[in-house]
Amino acid sequence: MKFLIEKEFKQMFRNPLIANLIIFFPTMVLLVFPWAITFEVNNIRVDVVDHGKGSYSKRLTDKVEASPYFILNDTPPDYETAMQAMERGEIDMIVEIPTTFDRDIVKQQSSRVGLAVNSVNGSVGLLGSNYMTQIVNDLSRELASELLHKTSHAQMKAPPSLPRLTIEQRYRFNPQMDYKLFMIPGFFVIILTILCGILPALNIVLEKENGTIHQINVTPVHKAWFILAKLIPYWTIGLIAFIIAIFVAYLIYGLWPAGSIFTVLFSGIVFIISVSGMGIIISNYSETLQQAAFLVIFFILIIILLSGMFTPISSMPIWAQAIAAINPFTYLTSALRMIYLNGSSLADVSTNLLMLALFSLLLNGWAVLSYKKRG
Amino acid sequence: MKQFIAFVNKEFRHILRDRRTMLIILGIPVVQILLFGFAINTEVKDLHVALYAPSPNGFTNGITERLHQSEYFTFRAELDDPIKMEESMRKGNLDMMVLFDTESEAVQLIINSSDPNRGSIAATYAMAVIGGYQQELAGITRMPFQIEVENRMIYNPEMKSAYMFVPGIMGLVLMLICTMMTSVSIVREKERGTMEVLLASPLKQGTMVFAKTVPYLALSLVNFTSILLLSYYVLGVPIQGSLGTLTLISVLYIFLSLAFGLLISTLVRNQINAVIISAISVILPGLLLSGMIFPIVNMPQILQWLSHIVPTRWYIDIVRKVMIQGLGWAVIWKETAILIGMSLLLVGSSILNIKSRLE
Repeated sequence: MKFLIEKEFKQMFRNPLIANLIIFFPTMVLLVFPWAITFEVNNIRVDVVDHGKGSYSKRLTDKVEASPYFILNDTPPDYETAMQAMERGEIDMIVEIPTTFDRDIVKQQSSRVGLAVNSVNGSVGLLGSNYMTQIVNDLSRELASELLHKTSHAQMKAPPSLPRLTIEQRYRFNPQMDYKLFMIPGFFVIILTILCGILPALNIVLEKENGTIHQINVTPVHKAWFILAKLIPYWTIGLIAFIIAIFVAYLIYGLWPAGSIFTVLFSGIVFIISVSGMGIIISNYSETLQQAAFLVIFFILIIILLSGMFTPISSMPIWAQAIAAINPFTYLTSALRMIYLNGSSLADVSTNLLMLALFSLLLNGWAVLSYKKRG
Repeated sequence: MKQFIAFVNKEFRHILRDRRTMLIILGIPVVQILLFGFAINTEVKDLHVALYAPSPNGFTNGITERLHQSEYFTFRAELDDPIKMEESMRKGNLDMMVLFDTESEAVQLIINSSDPNRGSIAATYAMAVIGGYQQELAGITRMPFQIEVENRMIYNPEMKSAYMFVPGIMGLVLMLICTMMTSVSIVREKERGTMEVLLASPLKQGTMVFAKTVPYLALSLVNFTSILLLSYYVLGVPIQGSLGTLTLISVLYIFLSLAFGLLISTLVRNQINAVIISAISVILPGLLLSGMIFPIVNMPQILQWLSHIVPTRWYIDIVRKVMIQGLGWAVIWKETAILIGMSLLLVGSSILNIKSRLE
């Protein structure tokens, strides 16, 4: 048994890429990708088509320009020019101010503006139009207070004031609302999934292709031990990569678990065991390395995308929620986020850990059973 | 030419013989476009809220009732005191607590912001509901000097998330499959030594390499067709622009991915490394730096620059413009030129690499 493990370790580190991978992969991933993720929408590019060219319409344009959410790209003379800019992808939104804008405000005490939003990205479109509506409402409130004082017509009554009510908002666990802090624990899980999912999946099938598997098959070693010997090196590199990732996150982002570091490590280990079991299963069922590679990437993409890491599980259809519920990734991501940000204890994440342990048992049991010594 | 056809023929037979791999390669995009097309959605709903009103009155009941009417909130009635709520929030099961102080007419919203997006949306919704209630109490129906906003959502009026994600999934899945397919199978021939045999043939290297990619190009076109059919008929994503343009661009993109696979195959010695390098260089950049889920304009400047070297970014851009916005060459020529440039660069450097290996 000891020799088997030794053999696997030697085999693995003969490939210099593996050693580099353990160190550089977590570092690079954590250095680059957390910055890519943000739901804040604050660079909406706008063209304002001002047909009215009055003082109030000018004020609306200025307000758009001053807003932190918008970048005023241009003020073209007509809608067609603006539309062409949208087609070229230069702007996301067009504000069209009608010719009668100023006159309507003075005469009818109401007016309107047109808004055309590129909604290919639905959530950006919706947020953009909400922000713009806020700006327009701001302007109308300003105008109301100015013009009402100025005109002071008898028939105008002052707007009734709102009943007094204090609303206090308090944000817990991530008060700076930093999205990176929320995503980093998820990236730990991506790193572990890619390393400990892909590598074991390629292992046994490679021995099958090279024919060296027959040498193992004729030895008296029980297949459970054989699989264990295959797995231990991957558990080791997974753990090392995990520890490196934790330190990188601390050094770059100052992120350290609010809960216990041991709970973090323990959860990680249980996950590593389950995901590398999945790798071995794929390896057992594949005939060639190419098949194994495609299958493992296929499952890894599903694991990553149907886990609630990037998009919320609650907005998925029921069947996709069911997949997310049998996905180890879901449980580790939520456990790590809780330990890191909410300071949850071992007891708080016990359901997650229990599920992960269950996956480990099932997947590794299956991995041993599906390995055919006489193939 | 005859030699070339014979060679392509041989490669086709090679691939067709391996039924199981074929099934996997052709089946994966089908399953993925269906799974992700339906399941990926950035909309936030089902926010868990608990209320605490120590001495209920008309005011607290009014707000409670209106919060109940909102479709975004799910109420957790069993959490009836702040201690239980705290506990639940720490476990990640509660998004917001609404605590009333009846005497001073104050409302406290305590929001779980570990997911900032979810937290801020919960706060926005709650504030809108409470603000609406205040206006209702004051009997205001219409403010003077109201400026109406006429809102038009163009290109995606129903705000379907599939419009946004299908082009992204196409870009990711096509590139992943093409790159891995080529790199792994060529490296496999290198490992087994059959590559040397081929190199000894009278065929020119350039021709030979090209012949090798032809069957993969054909397979990828089958994949492209199935993805397109599914997204049109099953996911209901329209094809507003020209189908010809879309196909042409996709052939170019597939060719680029094959060339990338080729380059990887000239750089590594064994299949494992080919898989690892293809997977790492395609999955994460393709997912995160391509604008598939997260818009590139919101990223820090350095990442925006970095995204320029990700081919998937340009492809997704083009597909969105052609497929969803129904635009033509006038607005996509720049992106197309970039993709052509990248392909030439990849093919050129892989041919150079093969040559230097042999000398």
